Amino acid sequence: MRADSDLGLFPDGVVVLSAMIEFQDVHKSFNSKVVLAGVDLTVERGETMVVIGGSGSGKSVLLKHVVGLMRPDQGRVIVDGADVTALNEAALTELRKKFGVLFQGAALFDSLSVWENVGFPLTQHTRLSAREIREVAREKLALVGLKGVEDLMPSELSGGMKKRVGLARAIAHDPEILLYDEPTTGLDPIMADVINELIIRLKQQLKVTSIAITHDMTSAYKIADRIAMLYQGKIQEVGTSDEIRHSPNPIVHQFITGSAEGPIAVA
Amino acid sequence: MTVAGSSLERIGQLTLKVLDEVGQLALLVAAMGRNVLSRPWAFRLHFKQMEEVGTKSIPVVLITGLSTGMVLALQSYNGFQRFRAESLVGTVVALSMTRELGPVLTGLMVAGRAGAAMAAELGTMRVTEQIDALASMGVNPVKYLVFPRFVAGVLMLPILTVLADWIGIVGGYFVSVRLLDVNSTVYIRRTLDYLEVNDVYGGLLKAVIFGGIISLISCHRGFTAGGGAEGVGQATTGAVVTSCVLILISDYFLTALLY
Repeated sequence: MRADSDLGLFPDGVVVLSAMIEFQDVHKSFNSKVVLAGVDLTVERGETMVVIGGSGSGKSVLLKHVVGLMRPDQGRVIVDGADVTALNEAALTELRKKFGVLFQGAALFDSLSVWENVGFPLTQHTRLSAREIREVAREKLALVGLKGVEDLMPSELSGGMKKRVGLARAIAHDPEILLYDEPTTGLDPIMADVINELIIRLKQQLKVTSIAITHDMTSAYKIADRIAMLYQGKIQEVGTSDEIRHSPNPIVHQFITGSAEGPIAVA
Repeated sequence: MTVAGSSLERIGQLTLKVLDEVGQLALLVAAMGRNVLSRPWAFRLHFKQMEEVGTKSIPVVLITGLSTGMVLALQSYNGFQRFRAESLVGTVVALSMTRELGPVLTGLMVAGRAGAAMAAELGTMRVTEQIDALASMGVNPVKYLVFPRFVAGVLMLPILTVLADWIGIVGGYFVSVRLLDVNSTVYIRRTLDYLEVNDVYGGLLKAVIFGGIISLISCHRGFTAGGGAEGVGQATTGAVVTSCVLILISDYFLTALLY
């Protein structure tokens, strides 16, 4: 065990740290394929951390560890002082109420209308009436720039609208932490920028801590406080947009310039 | 050596696969048991699944039951005529329907209809991350998705079986009395004289177990689906085939045990 992870450890196992999310030496393999090989990453409160990396580099896997959808083979994930990897089901359910997650394909529930989707976390965890929930849903939809879509079904929406509804659902219960899985992938450049602006506005208005994973560098530079590059199961470099842009690390340089030539093997 | 070795290897792999699935099903049941008592109760989801599994299966179950009862009457009439036992047709139809054909055919039809739908729906939810979305919002997917389907299967199968039994016996009566000139009073007497309450109860108990098998297998296959549309297709096929085979296998042992 590293010395610094012992600091601030109370006898009852509660970890007191200023960081909101902390990965400590996280390992994860599927069958024999190593996806995460010792990830160390700290996300401060109120910060937007963007994790960049190629397709299949384990970004989504990393994100799923934060909400406890996956458990590491080794290492710990600390969220707001609680070790996610050691929580039981009930405690994990409680912790998950702090999160809002925007999934890559929005993951809207097909069988529910738009407002029922947005209000879903409230339906499950509060005693608000259907009318009150509908009102909250309308507010959150307005926040992401959607009006008059409350009664549509997800199948009637375009890709960009689905993402925005997904975003409205992620913020419906005023979470403290937002996780974005490729928020701009598959959108046209203008819609991608609308989503970027939304992410920035949500950060300013709601003061949330965020992790976004993406391989869209335009989006990364725009929304990030800091950027971390994941390659071969490890965080290669962490820094501000400027530091990453001028990084001497050849792996980072190849990725952000989008070059086929370099240390990253193209299969 | 190589032929024997590879077939041994295959048997070993199959055994491991079966044991793995049994283990996962046990975990699914355990997860259901842990979560059923906590709030919220979500009755709406239960009623919706009862409609999906029960109400919407009524037409297909009625058609199957009616056809089976009628054919059974016709076949046994033709056979029994050879030794002048036509009067026993009513008994044969009633016993076969309640003890065996009612529950088994209902189970197979519901496996094809509702089981396939469960596996396809949950499989699609899995590959489009909707199940992850549920979990990430602090909603237990097993409680929200599997438990209502399990309850619907266990409750609705016996009710559907009663319908199949009833219409099968009615169909048998119709064929025997109206088409084959069996005396109506004799037919009814022979049906009631030999049919015992335990015949019906045994059939219904089978139906309860078949309902549980269909829901558990189908939900599990859906939950573990992977790899896009193809994976969902495989999960659906697997759910129907596995449910049907398990219904047929367990039917033998239940019959041996019950009667």
